[in-house]
Amino acid sequence: MMTGVPLSWYLILSVVLFSLGVAGFLFRRNIITIFMSIELMLNAVNLSFVSFSYELKSVNGHLYTLFVMVVAAAEAAVGLAIILTVFKNRGTLNVDELNSLKN
Amino acid sequence: MSQFYTTTDHFVLAPALMLALFGCAILLFDFLLFPNPKDRKWLTMFLLAGEAFCGYGLWRQHSFLISNGIGEITAFQGSLTMDGFALFFNWIFLIATVVVAIVSYNYLEIEGEHHGEYYALILFAQCGMFFLAAGTDLVTLFIGLELMALCFYVMVGFLRGERRSNEAAMKYLLLGAFSSGFLAYGFSIMYGVSGSTKLSDVAAAFAARDPWDPMILLAVATTSVGLLFKISAAPFHMWAPDAYEGAPTTVTAYLSVASKAASFAFLLRIFMGPLSTSRPVWEPLLAAVAIATMTFGNLAAISQNNIKRLLAYSSISHAGYMLLGLIAGNRTGLNGVAVYVMVYTFMNLGAFLVVVAMRRKGIAGEDVDDLAGLMHKSPGYAMLMLVFLLSLAGIPPTAGFLGKYYIFLSLIETGHYTLAVIGTLYVAVAIYYYFRIVKSMFIPEQFEPAPLSTSLGLRLALGVTGALTLVIGIYPEPFLRMAQTSLMR
Repeated sequence: MMTGVPLSWYLILSVVLFSLGVAGFLFRRNIITIFMSIELMLNAVNLSFVSFSYELKSVNGHLYTLFVMVVAAAEAAVGLAIILTVFKNRGTLNVDELNSLKN
Repeated sequence: MSQFYTTTDHFVLAPALMLALFGCAILLFDFLLFPNPKDRKWLTMFLLAGEAFCGYGLWRQHSFLISNGIGEITAFQGSLTMDGFALFFNWIFLIATVVVAIVSYNYLEIEGEHHGEYYALILFAQCGMFFLAAGTDLVTLFIGLELMALCFYVMVGFLRGERRSNEAAMKYLLLGAFSSGFLAYGFSIMYGVSGSTKLSDVAAAFAARDPWDPMILLAVATTSVGLLFKISAAPFHMWAPDAYEGAPTTVTAYLSVASKAASFAFLLRIFMGPLSTSRPVWEPLLAAVAIATMTFGNLAAISQNNIKRLLAYSSISHAGYMLLGLIAGNRTGLNGVAVYVMVYTFMNLGAFLVVVAMRRKGIAGEDVDDLAGLMHKSPGYAMLMLVFLLSLAGIPPTAGFLGKYYIFLSLIETGHYTLAVIGTLYVAVAIYYYFRIVKSMFIPEQFEPAPLSTSLGLRLALGVTGALTLVIGIYPEPFLRMAQTSLMR
């Protein structure tokens, strides 16, 4: 049992973190910050998995968390590489200036 | 072979293993064997060898299922399941990958970005698709999805020096990662409700609860958002036109068919598995999404001048039609989705291949006007394009008609008359914008002197997709049987 801290508190924290990530994704204009918001969303997912895993006494959730970390790392590697090429070609990291494709 | 890796596990995993091995081998030996970009076209042969091994593995599984009269082989304690469904989709991925690979060498040379990594990336992407179609565990499915998506992010941005390609990759990456976050959150709720990551356990746990339970609702909502992003359904379709337009055309072709087919396989696994008991919750939601998808896709396509962007919007509307089959949800409907995915793969690939042929040194060939006079310049290509466009519009005797027929039939069988009527009305809109391309081809305008960029691979690929589009339309029985066996579970 979690000493004194009920499962719902962890889940509420995870929802709050996830919502912060979504808000950051929607309202921030700097690509790096947007990318960090996505990482925040994935970490909220990890928190939710780990707390469920602890509560249910099952190890699957822990494993899933490890895989999510791997995916987040791979995404960061690919993402930063793409951000670098964008910056090299344009000299800006503002998403509003990514507008050369017709809308 | 230990208890963690049995012979059955190996048997099921073999096709994906071959793809991954050949992909790694290309990465390792590309520089040693082919320092000159001109020679890199031989990597296509290498890729085809990998696909041959993969196909052999699939074929062995196929005959094993038939000869033993069983529906599925499970491996890795139930996290991979090779059944008719997974096999059907894997054959589609294999054909799409081979077709895209054999047209790519010529195109990439024209673009001046012919690197060996390209071939490795499409093999890895196909490996991810294998897990999306065969995975029956939340972890396997998530990893498969990310493996596919990460390869596509890189491939969309493959033209490093070009601003549009960078921008497309950036947008695709940001929105793709965002949707994966939603999906993973939905999966965490599924795990919390059931205490297991296996789809069958999750389905049992969901069936035991009221579908209007807040936890279940949260899981349905977040998972649906993630999945609808991946199939580019409205209102989550914004990434598709940009990614399709900016990507190299061969990658656009691959992205529009293979990635969409894999995402649909994934969607069907989730919606017909764990979420099947929540049907009263998601059915009205998906119906609204399907209508919005067809509306946005078809109406936005009307005003496009860039063919890649036009086909992007048309592929969004096709996703709407496929969703209708899931909404009907009976046997005909699911069968219709399978047939539609197969037919869409061939006709959409074909249409993009003609756009690939239009790309020549110094000519982008991406606008509708660039096709002007094609009928007089190279009637063969124009006739093939006509077949693909007729098929996309759903006019008999082409294959596209068959796909739409089963979708509408299932809607009528289940009493969704309004949806059927709306779907039919949008077919008329679609005919309008497809025929803008046809009209442009038949204008007797003098075409620029530069010949179309043909290669053996391109002609072969066009022949295969064109023939399949016609054959499925005229003699559909064997293909329908294949689609039907895919659903025997």
